[in-house]
Amino acid sequence: MSPPLLQVNDLKKHFPIKTGLFSRKSEFVYAVDGVSFEIARGETLSLVGESGCGKSTVGRAILRLFDITSGQVILDGQRIDDAHPSTMRQMRRRVQVVFQDPFSSLNPRMRVRDILAEPIRNFGLAKSKEDLEVRVTELMDTVRLPREALNRRPHEFSGGQRQRIGIARALAAEPELIVCDEAVSALDVSVKAQVVNLLQDLQQKFGLALLFISHDLAIVEHMTHRVAVMYLGKIVEIAPRREIFAAPRHPYTKALLSAVPLPEPGAQRNPIILGGDVPSPINPPKGCRFHTRCPFVFDRCRTEEPTLRAVGAEQWAACHLDEVPQA
Amino acid sequence: MALLEVENLQTHFRTPGGINRAVDGVSFHVNEGETLAIVGESGCGKSVTSMSLMRLVPEPPGRIAGSIRFAGKDLLKLSDREMRAIRGNDISMIFQEPMTSLNPVLTVGRQIRETLMIHQGLDKQAAEAHAVEMLTLVGIPEPKRRVREYPHQLSGGMRQRVMIAVALACNPKLLIADEPTTALDVTIQAQILKLMLDLKHRVGAAIILITHDLGVVAEIAERVMVMYAGRKVEEAPVAELFRSPRHPYTQGLLGAVPRLGSSLAGTATRLAEIPGQVPDLRKPITGCVFAGRCALATDLCRQYAPGLEEKGPRHIAACHYAAKGAVAA
Repeated sequence: MSPPLLQVNDLKKHFPIKTGLFSRKSEFVYAVDGVSFEIARGETLSLVGESGCGKSTVGRAILRLFDITSGQVILDGQRIDDAHPSTMRQMRRRVQVVFQDPFSSLNPRMRVRDILAEPIRNFGLAKSKEDLEVRVTELMDTVRLPREALNRRPHEFSGGQRQRIGIARALAAEPELIVCDEAVSALDVSVKAQVVNLLQDLQQKFGLALLFISHDLAIVEHMTHRVAVMYLGKIVEIAPRREIFAAPRHPYTKALLSAVPLPEPGAQRNPIILGGDVPSPINPPKGCRFHTRCPFVFDRCRTEEPTLRAVGAEQWAACHLDEVPQA
Repeated sequence: MALLEVENLQTHFRTPGGINRAVDGVSFHVNEGETLAIVGESGCGKSVTSMSLMRLVPEPPGRIAGSIRFAGKDLLKLSDREMRAIRGNDISMIFQEPMTSLNPVLTVGRQIRETLMIHQGLDKQAAEAHAVEMLTLVGIPEPKRRVREYPHQLSGGMRQRVMIAVALACNPKLLIADEPTTALDVTIQAQILKLMLDLKHRVGAAIILITHDLGVVAEIAERVMVMYAGRKVEEAPVAELFRSPRHPYTQGLLGAVPRLGSSLAGTATRLAEIPGQVPDLRKPITGCVFAGRCALATDLCRQYAPGLEEKGPRHIAACHYAAKGAVAA
């Protein structure tokens, strides 16, 4: 078995917050607090969860948009969380990103041609000027945009088209992994379908691995291989698509799935309505982080933090209930 | 009986690039106690329709024409003063973003009190007591403490509950909810949808729900109106619309949404795409507004705009080719 493309071991990212008059850094936001997973080549792993669960922070840590507090990020056998800038530069080519907002993630002053050419030049991928031109036009074909559009600037495009430009820019570097941070969330239904289909086609064509960060569970189910569910900086359940959607084990996963309104009028469903709000990641609850909202909470949950344990072939969940003999 | 009757509503905006026909000849009605959903994608005119009902469209550059009859009065003919007596009293509104639609420097109690004191003439004590009652009604714990708090001290879900409390304070006959759960997380969305359903039965207000989320529509609407490029293209009772959509746009919209459970049902194949984009509303459109993206379009569609025709019981659609009476595949 070949080693995974990406390996994340016990990743932690704590952001200091300034408090008080003298800005002493005394408190931390525990945005990501011990997360581990792997992504194989050509695989899609989705990170799902609600606002503030740390899913975007995980994505950014992998891109090394900031230094992590502790843990390891290993790309193709090589640690990148502490890599020297010169080696990091080459590693950056292999991991690219598509952001949520296609309006703010493209430079409004640059023409599409320059947006796409920049990563190619940066990483020295084109042998000549002609080669660069060929690559840029090919990228436009790949993301199904007209070649004439190369001379236009981002404001002349619709949201869906801009997102395609963002995808083309990510592809320009010939990456092996693309982090899609809510990449289709801002798009309208019909356009979203176009971009989702495009991402799936590209994955097939180039054997890309995707880290798909999203809160839209229906889209995730449609396009993922595996799913990791996050809550307050921790993974509470990780499993292949079928297991997550057919037989979720963690109470939070169950609640999350049941809360999604179905586009079927009169559908019989009994949503598990969780009370209250997600607690603050500044002072996460002791014991199991979900215990303040969990319908099945018992004493042990309040004091002892559950760890991820295998509950199925490739299914892992962090819940004390799994130790209780099933009646 | 119809509580609200909108006839040929046209809301146009003067822009440097020409006149933008954001809403172009839309007619509909809402019965007492009924929930009507208006669905469509960005720029289809659903929000402008709701702003027009409240007369919140800035004039100029906007211009509203047509008629909006609410409880026998044409809202477009009222003076500003008369209109003010209706807003927040007979018709009230919930917006998408509770952080920007609540005043950050006033306590939530004061914001609920304000409507009560202006419209119902309550004194401060009575209004305060009623504010606490309203917060209890929308399920905010410790309402007596919360009335004294500011919006930033509340979470997103709580703020949306406060918005609903403000909107319902004067027992409106019509509540307009513009994307009320779009900014919320799923578990919080489930709480708010449950709250809206409960309140609907208890308060009995008619609701116009504006959303792009077909799941939310299926959950709480009774009737649905689909808008595209400023026009109404289809309208039907909710079950009928989801079961047999007649307009190609509605069919496309329903096909483009992935469903939860698709991987188990083995239906996780390709999503249906609607090719192309929404037309530019600043240019006059001859023919059907959807013709440019429609697989069925012919010269007839490009030349003559189809009128809204009856396609089934209480089911109308604007398409030359949508079969009458037949159940679409």
